[in-house]
Amino acid sequence: MKVLSLNFLSCAVKGCKSSSDSYPLHPKDAELVQDDIEVNAQLLINLLPRIDWTALTTTATELGFPALPPQAPTPEELEADEAKLKDLHHLLMETQIMEGKLVCASCGHEYAVREGIANFLLPSHLV
Amino acid sequence: MLPTPDTSHVEFERIYEPAEDSFLLLDTLSSAAEAAFLRDRFGSRSDAAGPAPVPPPFVVEIGPGSGVVIGFINAHASVIFGSRDVLTAAVDVNSHACRATRETARKAAADNAASHGMYLDALQGDLVAPLRPGSVDVLVFNPPYVPTEELPRQPAADHEGGGDKQPTFDHDSYLLSLSYAGGRDGMETTDRLIDALPETLSPRGCAYVLLCAQNRPEEVKERIRGFGRQWRAETVGSSGKKAGWEKLQIIRIWRE
Repeated sequence: MKVLSLNFLSCAVKGCKSSSDSYPLHPKDAELVQDDIEVNAQLLINLLPRIDWTALTTTATELGFPALPPQAPTPEELEADEAKLKDLHHLLMETQIMEGKLVCASCGHEYAVREGIANFLLPSHLV
Repeated sequence: MLPTPDTSHVEFERIYEPAEDSFLLLDTLSSAAEAAFLRDRFGSRSDAAGPAPVPPPFVVEIGPGSGVVIGFINAHASVIFGSRDVLTAAVDVNSHACRATRETARKAAADNAASHGMYLDALQGDLVAPLRPGSVDVLVFNPPYVPTEELPRQPAADHEGGGDKQPTFDHDSYLLSLSYAGGRDGMETTDRLIDALPETLSPRGCAYVLLCAQNRPEEVKERIRGFGRQWRAETVGSSGKKAGWEKLQIIRIWRE
């Protein structure tokens, strides 16, 4: 699963949805692979305002990427800095979590990721 | 007519095979009227200072099965949305469907190199449960809409927590029945999805949901309008009349 997807996901437990700790989920024992995907600069630039940058910063650090700046770059900065654009593309679009877990900091539930697919089905006592 | 994604790799013993309902969704989503609605809502705008960037819409199909619908939306993003800057994803309870959807989306994007959007992932889950509240801009749902005595029950041999089981006939039948058996009025699963829409959709979000005549579509639309003054629900696609009544229809749900 792509790193960008984590920006759109939270714990599946109903009681966790209102807790700020249920987002983002925290990768654990993640095995990463890198895809080769063509850069779409316009998509990345337009995407900036809808990315939760704080959550992305957390995810990037937990996956072992170099720390992101605390503030998201502006569209103008990204447009002018090809290296920055490529780094962001690499992190968001090309990096895939193939195996591992996603952990909710609110309830502690661990969601397995196998063959790149995260399983959010809950055991019956958590539904 | 935009080409339909190739689903020749899909195992139809345990995944719903694209049928009339799937094709009605494809026809509706690529119709001139819906493309106009979606472009107006999510397309780039121009003002005095030039084109103003609009964040790309996040499009999620619930229960993609073979992936033919979300694969189609992703492959033809620039035709439907007027831009390739579209993010797509899917959630299915069936892990085989998640894998099939990934492959369908990959192939369809490769076949439409100049028009496809950015396909992200298929997640295994129950309806919208994995999604962050308020994140979905376009939700598409072809539900299990056939009225049945009850919702499918998991065979006793299955264990909780998923995992890769040896395929058995019982398990395959169970997975397949989840794709069509809708319980009372065929609405038990659709009702849960509709109840979750206010929390799931972004402020600019909309949803396309397929209904059959036995689902009592007029009542469903009235119920959605009852969410509040801004809520709209209209029929935007139909399979035509059969013996005097419309068999299948697509309703669009949105806020003004």
